[in-house]
Amino acid sequence: MATTLSINGKERRVDADPTKPLLWALREDLDMPGTKFGCGMGLCGACTVHIDGNAVRSCITPISAAAGKAITTIEHVATLPEGKKVSEAWIALDVPQCGYCQAGQIMSATALLTKTPKPSDKEIDAAMSGNICRCATYLRIRAAIKQAAGIAEVVEA
Amino acid sequence: MSAVLDMDRRSLIKATLIGGAVLAFDARMAFAATKPGEVATVINAFIRINADNSVTIGAKNPEIGQGVKTMLPMLIAEELDVDWAQVHVEQTIADEKRYGPQLAGGSFATPMNWLPMRQAGAAARQMLVQAAAARWGVDPASLTTGGGRVMQVGGKHAVTYAELAAEAAKQPAPDLAKVALKDAAKFTIIGKSQIGVDTPAIVAGKPLFGIDVTMPGLIHAAVEMCPAYGGTVRSFDDSAVKGKPGIIAVVPINSGYNPKGANDAVAIVAQSWWAADKARADLKIVWDDEAARTYSSAGFEAGADAAFGKGPETSIVNKGDADKALVGAAKTVNARYHYPFLAHGTLEPQNCTALFKDGQIEIWAPTQLPQPGRMLVAAALGIPLEAITINLTRIGGGFGRRLSNDYMVMVAQIAKALPGRPVKLIYTRTDDLRHDFFRPAGWHSFEAGLDAQGRLIAFKDHFVSLNRDGKPAQGATMNPTELPAPLIADVSYGATFLDNNVPTGFLRAPMSNGLSYAFQSFLDEVALAAGLDLPEFLRRTLGEMRTIKGGEGPQAVDFQTGRARAVIDKVCAMANWQGRSGGNGKGRGFAFYFSHRGYFAEIADIAVNSGGGVQVDKVWVAGDVGSHIINPINAVHQAQGSVIDGIAQTIIGQKIEIVNGAANRTNFHDFPLARINAAPQDIVVEFVRSDNPPTGLGEPALPPIIPAVANAIFAATGKRIRSLPVVPSQLV
Ligand code: FES
Ligand code: FES
Repeated sequence: MATTLSINGKERRVDADPTKPLLWALREDLDMPGTKFGCGMGLCGACTVHIDGNAVRSCITPISAAAGKAITTIEHVATLPEGKKVSEAWIALDVPQCGYCQAGQIMSATALLTKTPKPSDKEIDAAMSGNICRCATYLRIRAAIKQAAGIAEVVEA
Repeated sequence: MSAVLDMDRRSLIKATLIGGAVLAFDARMAFAATKPGEVATVINAFIRINADNSVTIGAKNPEIGQGVKTMLPMLIAEELDVDWAQVHVEQTIADEKRYGPQLAGGSFATPMNWLPMRQAGAAARQMLVQAAAARWGVDPASLTTGGGRVMQVGGKHAVTYAELAAEAAKQPAPDLAKVALKDAAKFTIIGKSQIGVDTPAIVAGKPLFGIDVTMPGLIHAAVEMCPAYGGTVRSFDDSAVKGKPGIIAVVPINSGYNPKGANDAVAIVAQSWWAADKARADLKIVWDDEAARTYSSAGFEAGADAAFGKGPETSIVNKGDADKALVGAAKTVNARYHYPFLAHGTLEPQNCTALFKDGQIEIWAPTQLPQPGRMLVAAALGIPLEAITINLTRIGGGFGRRLSNDYMVMVAQIAKALPGRPVKLIYTRTDDLRHDFFRPAGWHSFEAGLDAQGRLIAFKDHFVSLNRDGKPAQGATMNPTELPAPLIADVSYGATFLDNNVPTGFLRAPMSNGLSYAFQSFLDEVALAAGLDLPEFLRRTLGEMRTIKGGEGPQAVDFQTGRARAVIDKVCAMANWQGRSGGNGKGRGFAFYFSHRGYFAEIADIAVNSGGGVQVDKVWVAGDVGSHIINPINAVHQAQGSVIDGIAQTIIGQKIEIVNGAANRTNFHDFPLARINAAPQDIVVEFVRSDNPPTGLGEPALPPIIPAVANAIFAATGKRIRSLPVVPSQLV
């Protein structure tokens, strides 16, 4: 059965079980492996994408539920104004260690800044609390969000 | 019994024997061939010079987030004398003959490669200089280099490396041991922060990781492993699986944990991993696991208690007469400490891809130890080592988990059953947490004696952990040099290793992560009995500046008391340490630990809330890893990540329990990883430079934070943390 998805501004047809999670449709059917598998239960945020501008865990979102909505993935996030700032700050501060969680972190950070251009420290921690970084790059994640938001100067080695 | 464990351990030890001064590769062997259409000249195993005068440098070690894919090429580029902006970095394949040891573990990359990588760069530079001298008919000594060019002093001639490359490649390769290295004062790349070479690609979501590997015709595998470690497949019924759409095959395999020939896992192969994993619900397997199911955490706990009643079975170190010294002591202190099994929880679940064809296999592996993986695959498939090609992918977290090659051995067997079809195996998160090689649980029973002046005069430890095939399990060992043994006259460390079925392995700063917690927490108790704070007690116990031999042979690591004192003094100055302080739910704690050749002292400020939850507010780190910090931005990040990793082991509830011979955690709700709110507001890191060759930073900043936080909790609440993880209800 085919489902039509709107991904990064393009219509894409996925010939798969409609209960298949968007994460696996992206990775297996659409050759977009930027969105990552970490837990499969909505617990780690590695699979975060935007659906109609909201940060959503694609591992627990069946493609049937995503049909007809605007999906944005890491491959395209830098074309959004806030996504561009976030991506640039992520590189400037060299946020990644292993890098595996970072697609999800960037998607969550971009969603935060789109809705809350100047978040407080508490708002940053709250918005990012669904995204695990096993390498614990959290100090730079906070700093990069602030840099992208124009809140603070870079304080880095 | 455990082929995976033993072979990996042997080769890790072998690799450690190759000291920095020993030439680890053959400079005459060529770097991987150029791609079709690429105009480039191969100079040696690590360097290609491109037509546009950029250079491609091979990064030989697995990148697990420790920054080695950037750091090792920095060493080469420095001596090659090019600008970092000219450099492209390419991950090499696994080929130790060509590249020397290739592993990610033990914080070995820096000490093992500090010289060889610079020699590789310097040798290529020398060949370029020789080529220029020959071209111009001048003395090579009259030539200089910089920015990827050879120039004549005085300015008559100048030429790019690209123009010289073809002639340079024909020059005799110099003797690496004799090649001239740069004066450190002239370094332009080493010591300057460089952004990770893959960072832009990571941020753009480009495929880099093992789990991202794809190719035409790729099929997917999910695997059901026997939950109880050591159990095997008695029978299985796949009739409900085989008819399902997209299912390709069901293949019984051996995880490498059980002897060859006894299958202990069943793989389902499908057009989609999601479909393969879903079909597991319909696969019926009967396990042969009665013996394996008898093991449990409760059983190990009882075993440790019984062992303490009986006394140690083996001696680790025995000098002087600790018992006699304790009888004569003015004060004695006793306590027992415990730490649990831990999983690694790399965020990228274990996975591996393989294609078997015509008796050959090509593998794409996120592994920290490729060469032992190759040996295991050769043994499991009955093919020669040369028939195996291993491509190294970027790795979504190592932490020691990928020192074991279970995923590689399993996918190789699946691929062999389906020749000509590339297959990717992925673990679910539950598979990953349950089929780990866990940090082994440990128990310590300590006894210390002080004289009337509060000096440490006797120390005993009975260490209890787990065995494997009659030997201490991997990650369950303790050295006779564990402090304070070398510092005092009357010491006895003994051990008991309990019968065990659980696969164990190395977790970031293995052994040290548990030992640091137990020893530095107990020493804080002893210091208190001596009327001192821990930094001062350690200064007195360390005594005068001297070098304490770490044993014999190239593997031995000496301990320098002066370096320990320097980081202790440094961190106390950084945090303005004023002795023990705390109360009303706020406290400050200190600890020092020496591991992986690195000296680290750390101070943590913590707060305990009314519910018993602990928040670490701020941490100070002082470390000595030698004369140079090769990539400063990454050095700070490694230390900060290690600190939060250690905080997670202490206060967020990380613990694996064994029930019926199997781990019982399933995902991040019952085995939590640190989230952003667990991160302190700040972690201040400073390095003390000492006149020693640089050493690694992936691990040694981790061990001290655990006792620093535990000691801070004591300062805040008066409650000693004698068991991990901290249980909030005990702090209320
Ligand atoms: S993979 Fe979706 S939240 Fe973890
Ligand atoms: S960078 Fe490794 S999990 Fe975040």
